[in-house]
Amino acid sequence: MATTIELNKVEKRYGAHDVIRGIDLQIKPGAFTVFVGPSGCGKSTLLRMIAGLETISGGDLVIDGTRVNDVAASKRGIAMVFQSYALYPHMSVYKNLAFGLETAGYKRDEIDRRVRAAAETLQISDYLPRKPKALSGGQRQRVAIGRSIVRDPKIFLFDEPLSNLDAELRVQMRVEITKLHERLGNTMIYVTHDQVEAMTMADQIVVLRAGQVMQAGSPLELYNSPANQFVAGFIGSPKMNFVPVRIGDATGISLNGQRLDATRPLAGAIGDPLTLGIRPEHISINEGAGQSLGEAHVELVEHLGGSTVLHARPAFGSETLTVVLPGQQPCRNGDKVPLWIDPARCHFFTPDGQALRG
Amino acid sequence: MAAYDTMSKPDTRKQGAAGGWLAGAIRRNGAGYLFLAPWLIGFFCLTLGPALASLYLSFTNFDLLSAPEFIGAQNYVRMVTADPRFIASIRVTLVYVALSVPLKLAFALAVAMVLNRGMRGLPFYRAIFYLPSLLGTSVAIAVLWRQLFAADGLVNSLLAQIGIEGPSWISNPNYSLYTLVVLSVWQFGSPMIIFLAGLRQIPTDMYEAASLDGASPTRQFLRITLPLLSPVIFFNFVIQTIEAFKAFTPAFVISGGSGGPINSTLFYTLYLYQEAFSYFRMGYASALAWVLVVIIAIFTAFSFLTTKYWVHYDD
Repeated sequence: MATTIELNKVEKRYGAHDVIRGIDLQIKPGAFTVFVGPSGCGKSTLLRMIAGLETISGGDLVIDGTRVNDVAASKRGIAMVFQSYALYPHMSVYKNLAFGLETAGYKRDEIDRRVRAAAETLQISDYLPRKPKALSGGQRQRVAIGRSIVRDPKIFLFDEPLSNLDAELRVQMRVEITKLHERLGNTMIYVTHDQVEAMTMADQIVVLRAGQVMQAGSPLELYNSPANQFVAGFIGSPKMNFVPVRIGDATGISLNGQRLDATRPLAGAIGDPLTLGIRPEHISINEGAGQSLGEAHVELVEHLGGSTVLHARPAFGSETLTVVLPGQQPCRNGDKVPLWIDPARCHFFTPDGQALRG
Repeated sequence: MAAYDTMSKPDTRKQGAAGGWLAGAIRRNGAGYLFLAPWLIGFFCLTLGPALASLYLSFTNFDLLSAPEFIGAQNYVRMVTADPRFIASIRVTLVYVALSVPLKLAFALAVAMVLNRGMRGLPFYRAIFYLPSLLGTSVAIAVLWRQLFAADGLVNSLLAQIGIEGPSWISNPNYSLYTLVVLSVWQFGSPMIIFLAGLRQIPTDMYEAASLDGASPTRQFLRITLPLLSPVIFFNFVIQTIEAFKAFTPAFVISGGSGGPINSTLFYTLYLYQEAFSYFRMGYASALAWVLVVIIAIFTAFSFLTTKYWVHYDD
């Protein structure tokens, strides 16, 4: 039976410095939740508070209906995979996996059965006699995960577990952790600053900034309906283009004199400033159902094979727009290309950064 | 930079005889040898030269006034067959080493672990605890120690306050050696600083992982701290043991150079000193010195041989 986690007005203070500011959050049983945000946003601190490695200054942490603020880390039914793996260098892989079980007083046979089962699951059976120093980064990561699996915890916590791996291995481990979650079905919380990891792995993403939740929701919810400009800019790669605009009338905005239809109500008076947000992949150079943004001067072309990225300066403003085009496009630096967008794909943000919702 | 340039320049010229080769080497690396010269002169004239001379003298009868007389291995034979003070000094020194080193290391580790808990004013406490090590081997501290532990010293005055009549800690042969052990333990600062540095190298997330596994502080100490600190423990153990074998000043000052009472503080080095400078038996003293070298070498080699069983190196 997977576990529910609730955070009610959870706070963390170091002296007068607020690190976590009244976070309310509900994590459903068996969900894979990813805390994502820039460095210093408090995501690791929040994870460590859930683990019991940091005290909670205010609010309640509730696991399966029980307030656990004052429950010792080892009694919360939690296993954690650390960024540095935290493997004991003087112990063999087998001993590393067995350490927690020995501490808990399991019998030798049971320890052996569990260690070998976890090793089988993670395909590290051949490495059981080795010391961690004789393993590659990816193998160490598997051992670290194995150490958490053997104890059969209710909740798995991952603190940036892939950040020490190279790009190829990260993708591989990302898939493996996702598969592991599907197989085990436990509640998992995963911390990363990499929004691609968040998008690809999460059932629920929690975007944090300065100790506050900016938005929580499914990856596509955050991608399609960001609650604010911060989330809009953080989720998606390359990041969303932002262009300062003004309200033209009740149904359209003015882009330096050029009118653009808005598919959602625009709150405010004519002439009030707004920020238009448009994702690079939602801009086209071919006339479609969209609206023209006029021509743009291509400053740089990046041919990625599967897609082509343009950095282009539109005629209507001084902001450089990033445009992602599907496939291989015959564009070159210095070209002039027409820009087209679908108004339904546009996002509008008020001067305080909040999204205008339809 | 000139030295570097001179030394790194490849030499393509052909060298003739050995003399030519030497001249070429000096010409190529002259600046480097010049920088090395102070150390080389010190090493050959003040260390290696006297050491080799003492090795020769250990096979002689030499009283400083007349020329050394070669007597073969007689000094070494006499040591083990006809010198009860040699045996006494060995016994005293071994007891001193066996007690002072473990106690000092345990005390140093305990204090280092307390200081490693991130307390306020850590630099201040670190300096305070290190201070005895700076002063500890000085004559002044040994004199102070003698005053503290004399029959009418401060320690007995304090004991008298609670109704205990203390013995003369330094003139009673039952206690005098242990007083020196306490003095040695008091100088725990140097290993403590090294332990502290070692403790700081142990990543905190290992303790966090262990605490999530439910490991008690004792289990964390036994299963994580001690193994991960073992290279540092080994280093401190070897250094402190060698230092303990070589201990001289405290025993000399506290016993007035006699090693008494009743040879109870007759450290090996003190006995060696007496033979050399009280009785002018330089040949015999040289033999004693070389026996100490051999003892320390055997101990060190044995210590290194045991490392594979208990010292865990990360790489």
